[in-house]
Amino acid sequence: MYPPRRCPKLEETNRSKRQRFLNKFTPYGFLSPYLIIYGVFGIFPVFFMVYLSFHMWNPVEGLGSMEFVGFENYVLGLTDPTLWQTMWNTLVMAVLSGVPQHLVALPMAYLLVMLGSRARHWFTTAYFLPYITSTVAVSMIFYVMYSKDSGIINAVLAQLADGSLTSWLFGGLKDVLPLGWVQENSLIRYSVSFVVWWKYVGFNIVIYTAGLATINPDLYEAATIDGANSWQRFTRVSLPLLKPFIFFGVTLTIIGNMNLFDEPYVLTVGGQFAQTAGKTISNYLYQIAWEWLDMGSAAAISWILFVVIGIFTGLYFWFFGRQGLGDE
Amino acid sequence: MTHAQATFIVNLYHKIGYGVRNIALLLFAFITIFPFVWSAILATKDRTTMFGGGIDFSLGDKLVSNYGNLLEIMDFWTGMMNSFSISVVGTAISLIFCSMAGYALAIYKFKGRNAIFGIMVASMMIPPVLTLIPYYMVINLLGLANTHLAVWLPFTIQPIGIFLMRQYTVTSVPKDLLEASKLDGASELRTYWSIVLPLLRPGLATLAIVQFVFLWNNFLQPLVVLNSPDKMVITQMLRGVQGVPNTPWGAVMLGTTISILPLIALYMTASKQMIAGLTSGAVK
Repeated sequence: MYPPRRCPKLEETNRSKRQRFLNKFTPYGFLSPYLIIYGVFGIFPVFFMVYLSFHMWNPVEGLGSMEFVGFENYVLGLTDPTLWQTMWNTLVMAVLSGVPQHLVALPMAYLLVMLGSRARHWFTTAYFLPYITSTVAVSMIFYVMYSKDSGIINAVLAQLADGSLTSWLFGGLKDVLPLGWVQENSLIRYSVSFVVWWKYVGFNIVIYTAGLATINPDLYEAATIDGANSWQRFTRVSLPLLKPFIFFGVTLTIIGNMNLFDEPYVLTVGGQFAQTAGKTISNYLYQIAWEWLDMGSAAAISWILFVVIGIFTGLYFWFFGRQGLGDE
Repeated sequence: MTHAQATFIVNLYHKIGYGVRNIALLLFAFITIFPFVWSAILATKDRTTMFGGGIDFSLGDKLVSNYGNLLEIMDFWTGMMNSFSISVVGTAISLIFCSMAGYALAIYKFKGRNAIFGIMVASMMIPPVLTLIPYYMVINLLGLANTHLAVWLPFTIQPIGIFLMRQYTVTSVPKDLLEASKLDGASELRTYWSIVLPLLRPGLATLAIVQFVFLWNNFLQPLVVLNSPDKMVITQMLRGVQGVPNTPWGAVMLGTTISILPLIALYMTASKQMIAGLTSGAVK
């Protein structure tokens, strides 16, 4: 009825007992830096943040200044039009920068893999360069390029509007130049999105190049024999086989764009310019917590965002997850 | 249409195709490189030449005075040194912590292993912006505000790094070797240090690249916790001079250019490894 029981080792010495304890303990020992740091920075503050979100707290005045306010922070957050506005801004900029990223990266990767390995390497190196440089540095460079009176972008547009060959197309700009790329609420989203697009296209190109390299060349050959032209080979052979890579790339883009902070922060000079359209949720959260010093509201808003983002993440994986990861 | 004509047209069609392809590739390379070149050019100009109107791609002669200005508006080399020490220390410690955790997850079977795995995956799904407030609170409670430790310590245990190390351990550390080492009487820690770590070298190099680039470029956490000028990192200082009235933009562009040079130099010598490393989460 019962499985045979093992005979207990009678002559188990103290030494081997200690050894057994050590063996059991070893993996936790190796994991202890993770467990301690994550416990302190990851788990504990979650509970503290629940507590905090029901209080009013100015961090400058120390922990003693906490005051219980009940659901007030949540009510304020949910009825705060700026919160919904900044969420909308984040979403719009995520789409404006994210969609073109993939629409450009896919065909560029397709063109790249046609090249010899040497040329491909040089182009890839150039395309990937923006990804390794800091967002603050590149945003500073773009801030100077976007400058209203001395920026190169307005200077080029002015020349194009004046040039005899190009004035038919750009002449209409004369009335609006110089454009305030980072000052105008109507332009800021495009200005920010362009920088984000520019910085991350290269990363996506590398992902798609790697994806294309996994496709068996025989498939292209077979498609060619069946009479497919290169456009059809791209849409009918490459795209479907790239699905997992596209899903992965798009997921990373969405996650990255939800956290957009540096680029709008620098381009709007810390929120001085184009506040209405250029501020993302991260910028707003930073403003509440560190400029208005209202940690309680910031905590409550973090929770509201957590729920909203959680719902969207859930929907995204629900609709695209299975398809994207390739069910077969 | 004769045969020769048809061949000519097909050839022409192909040549145009190649031409369009190459133009597209070159144009895009121009778009990605241009801002860096432009900031280097501006670094040699001052306000008068910059505001001169028109587009001038020639180098100016104000490099030296820009450098003087740069040192005046910010403590430039302090910022560079702070960024450098944070990146080096943070990277070194994270190599140890991540490889320890990755090794434990790869080799041992123990209670709570799946739970720890689950927590790591779940924590990767939480958008970092939501962790900003808790991060700051903990730093404050521990009295770590305005210290460099606060900027690198939380990033020494990134799940992505741990998973990377676990993966390398599984593929490049033979279990027999570990057993042989134990039979020879080596302790667990010794086995890890002198057998496992050397075998993980390629993985450690990859992780080092990812961590160094991240820490060097990081802005948000320093912005939140570092508030005295002698502690600030370079990204913070560069952004800070935006508020200076009559900003000497030539000097700022010089600072910006110098601040990205270390990574660009590294990239020039090891671009293949860096690209592979930074996309390693995506491309297996």
